[in-house]
Amino acid sequence: MTAMTDRIERTVELRASIERVWRAITDHREFGEWFEVDLDGPFAAGEVSTGRITTKGYEGAPWRVQVTSMDEPNVLAFTWHPYDVDPGVDLSDEQTTLVEFRLEANGTGTRLTITESGFDGLADPRRLEAFRSNNEGWSIQTDNIRRYVDG
Amino acid sequence: MAERSLAQDDDRAAVVVFAALGDSTRLALIRRLGDGRSHPIAQLANDLPQTRQAITRHLAVLEQAGIVTGEHVGREHRYQLRPDGLRTGRDYLDRAASQWDDALDRLRHFLDDDPTDRGDTQ
Repeated sequence: MTAMTDRIERTVELRASIERVWRAITDHREFGEWFEVDLDGPFAAGEVSTGRITTKGYEGAPWRVQVTSMDEPNVLAFTWHPYDVDPGVDLSDEQTTLVEFRLEANGTGTRLTITESGFDGLADPRRLEAFRSNNEGWSIQTDNIRRYVDG
Repeated sequence: MAERSLAQDDDRAAVVVFAALGDSTRLALIRRLGDGRSHPIAQLANDLPQTRQAITRHLAVLEQAGIVTGEHVGREHRYQLRPDGLRTGRDYLDRAASQWDDALDRLRHFLDDDPTDRGDTQ
């Protein structure tokens, strides 16, 4: 596959200073406020961070990432299983994606770039998920057809 | 009238797809092809109670419905899912991207609303 399908990249300009943005991203309580996750403890390079998602509709879904680097005040990176997947599926053996937060001072503000890469490695769960949701649609449609045919 | 016949074509195509899916052996085959890779018939037929000839016929039905494609590789006949036959991975990536957009919006608001970063702390 091409790079187009392997990564997500977003850049935002923030008014806050780089030190302030660094804190919002690496202090686990501040991170939890805006990311909407209740974290069990501070982030530390090389350690696993655990917690529970607090986003409406996904409350209680497990959060588990491996922090791969913390380079103050420029880089925070972790690997995870994207949280969009079905929580009922055990993905512990599947590949992870890499999430990187890169901060650059820009005047008095901060340019923050987020990349998530490695989606190509997720072919299996992604396709299985696609199959499941389609399969559901299909059974509804086949029921409709059956009702129609049976009159 | 042209519209009507297009709609009828759509209906016919849908009937072919639904008919192809309305069979437990064929659904089992789709599940085995769910990794997106190409598989030889022998591997797909493994553990299924049907004969290899029956499996070959089922795969032909799926191919006609546009759900899988087959190809000859040497003496082997291999099959794989068509990327557009099921919903593509692109949708998945779009959803992940929009989740990041939402998270970044929340980060921006979080920083803008932060009382410790207002002018009075300078």
